Amino acid sequence: MTDVSTERAITVTVNGVPRETTVPVRRLLSDALRHDLQLTGTHVGCEHGVCGACTVLVDGTPVRSCLVLAVQVDGTEVTTVEGLAREDGQGGQILHPVQEAFRECHALQCGFCTPGFLMTMAAGLEARDPSTDITDDEVDEIVGGNLCRCTGYANIKKACRRAAGLMKEAAE
Amino acid sequence: MKPAPFGYADPTSLDEALALLSEEGAKVLAGGQSLLPLLSMRLASPATLVDINKVPGLDTVDVTPSGDGAGVRVGALVRHAQLLHHAEAAQVQPLLARATSNVAHPAIRNRGTTVGSIAHADPSGEMTSVLALTGGSVTVATPEGSSAIDWADFFVGPLETSVHSPAVVTDAFFPALPPRSGTAFEEVSRRKGDYAVCGAGVTVTLDEDSRVVSARAAYISVGLVPEVHDLTEAVAGRPVAEADWAAAGDLARSLVDPDGDLHASADYRRLLVGVLTERTLARAAKEAADR
Repeated sequence: MTDVSTERAITVTVNGVPRETTVPVRRLLSDALRHDLQLTGTHVGCEHGVCGACTVLVDGTPVRSCLVLAVQVDGTEVTTVEGLAREDGQGGQILHPVQEAFRECHALQCGFCTPGFLMTMAAGLEARDPSTDITDDEVDEIVGGNLCRCTGYANIKKACRRAAGLMKEAAE
Repeated sequence: MKPAPFGYADPTSLDEALALLSEEGAKVLAGGQSLLPLLSMRLASPATLVDINKVPGLDTVDVTPSGDGAGVRVGALVRHAQLLHHAEAAQVQPLLARATSNVAHPAIRNRGTTVGSIAHADPSGEMTSVLALTGGSVTVATPEGSSAIDWADFFVGPLETSVHSPAVVTDAFFPALPPRSGTAFEEVSRRKGDYAVCGAGVTVTLDEDSRVVSARAAYISVGLVPEVHDLTEAVAGRPVAEADWAAAGDLARSLVDPDGDLHASADYRRLLVGVLTERTLARAAKEAADR
């Protein structure tokens, strides 16, 4: 018979690094990342799945980390905004196209919503065929689930189109 | 806020899950996209969460294209995203993909389950109404055995079903779209992906001379439980091009009894029922004619 636990030891590969920690079973993934693993790049906005700021990838798929329990990601691979850029092999990092596009298009103001937008957008763009031009409907679908309290949506959508363009160039 | 303390178990068989659910205050956790907000807002504080994600055999979409029992059976762990991208299921019952594309946002659809949202019985959920409109049913497993429950006997009130713990809804069955039929689904919401202020799903069936023999609709965020309204009398026997879809919209407005709330007044919802009915029926009829 499966035990009913109030605390669990979990092993999660976060940004390529296996991490072990023991968490109360009620711990949300968002809090486990920030408090137990000290990865504070994942921001916590509404804590009930509305704002999208806490979006991370679990096994490559974007999910709201405030709507997943930490115990539920035992044995999975989690990617947070800290894991979005690639190592360049010389001690530096190469930004992901969505990060590059955010910088170019001034798609962040206060920056609170940015980690969620970056993760959602990276996964959304990576799931599509990079050789085709992105449509406005696709952009809306990708960014539609995230809120920006500075209301900087015009530049965020511009960055999404720009990132799709960068990924198209890279694929050519 | 954070969830109140609870116990957690992740059984690896249905029998074990049902045994755990027999304890006082135990609750099923599947996708968690409705349950976790309720926990975090402390609107619910179950003693134990029984996570069914490790129970085998619940994550499949079974499509029967024709014959007896034609339709789509969706297992309890099938995520909205999985159903949305299931081409074979969309062919047999197009409402599934059309409705799931309106469920929240991609990140929620990756995690939330279709059967979970039906078991949650939220009148603003899309899939409850689709289950009703297609004349579907759910399979419920209890320690005494498994049985099918028709949609009409399943939904009792907002967030309330006729099923009580210990029980697990193991699948939902959506019958196939009949021949010479078309469907459409549309919502109006304040922001993209939000709960619908009002939504409509419809099916239109034609006879061999392309005259309307059936027009039915179910609405989202209208009424306390899913309702299916037969609008055939407004358009019966008319060829698709001559059918008065606005009359069907008027009829629909007279049949529904929406509530007003923070998001929309009852009158606005009733207006939207008429607009969405007219629009979706015309589209569904065109699809039926072209099929």
